[in-house]
Amino acid sequence: MEFVIFFITAAIALIGAIAMLVSRNAVHSALFLLLNFSAIAILFLLLRAPFLFAVQLIVYAGAIMVLFLFVVMLLGAERAEDEKDKVAWQRPLAIGLGAALLVEAIFVGFNQLAMEPPTTPEVESFGAPARIGESLFTTYLLPFQITGIILLVAIIGVVVLNQRNRAKA
Amino acid sequence: MVPTSYYVLLSAALFTIGAMGMLVRRNAIVLFMSVELMLNAANLALVAFARQQVNPDGQVLVFFVITVAAAEVAVGLALLVAIFRSKRTTDVDEVSTLRG
Repeated sequence: MEFVIFFITAAIALIGAIAMLVSRNAVHSALFLLLNFSAIAILFLLLRAPFLFAVQLIVYAGAIMVLFLFVVMLLGAERAEDEKDKVAWQRPLAIGLGAALLVEAIFVGFNQLAMEPPTTPEVESFGAPARIGESLFTTYLLPFQITGIILLVAIIGVVVLNQRNRAKA
Repeated sequence: MVPTSYYVLLSAALFTIGAMGMLVRRNAIVLFMSVELMLNAANLALVAFARQQVNPDGQVLVFFVITVAAAEVAVGLALLVAIFRSKRTTDVDEVSTLRG
């Protein structure tokens, strides 16, 4: 049963990612990316990470995608880009190198990662939100505080970047 | 349970699609989306390995990655709006003033 759910979700994630890559309209790209994020959230749930499932849906599918859609519509950037690249050989080279990277990753994956999932009963509860929270506020307290500062810096940076230069004018 | 290697292979495939998006597309917003896709692929691998080790530390790391990604998107899109205001484009090939 879990295999069936995994393969369906993985297929949705891959389709979402590829459709994001090939769709000409930036709004469609954003919506396909939303599909991909939701599929990854379900995979988190399958991996016994309910806390990250919620965080993925709230932060990625909620906040970040709204930000993307808002900027796409604000800038009117949803129109298709020109077909012609300035560097003519860039696209075929990119596709070739991307395919090489994929083949390499799959090769390494099949050769070295023959991992069986753990069978201990503890695997069902190790990712409980309570344990993550305890870890965040004890072992990882300093990184947790630093992420708070990073978010503060991001807020200040966004405000400064989008200020009109009243002083100069 | 699904073996960890399946998740890692899916993660590798998603990362490759994201990397290809970075190389092929020129709309700066789609480039940002590709970066997000690559971050998500890495997160998936981290969560898979966390389950393999039966250790929640990997999930904590993913939490930090998601937070930093949110900050990155906010600043990046603000930069994009600022560039659009002066250049009237989101095509990264058009933004080449600093090119030697």
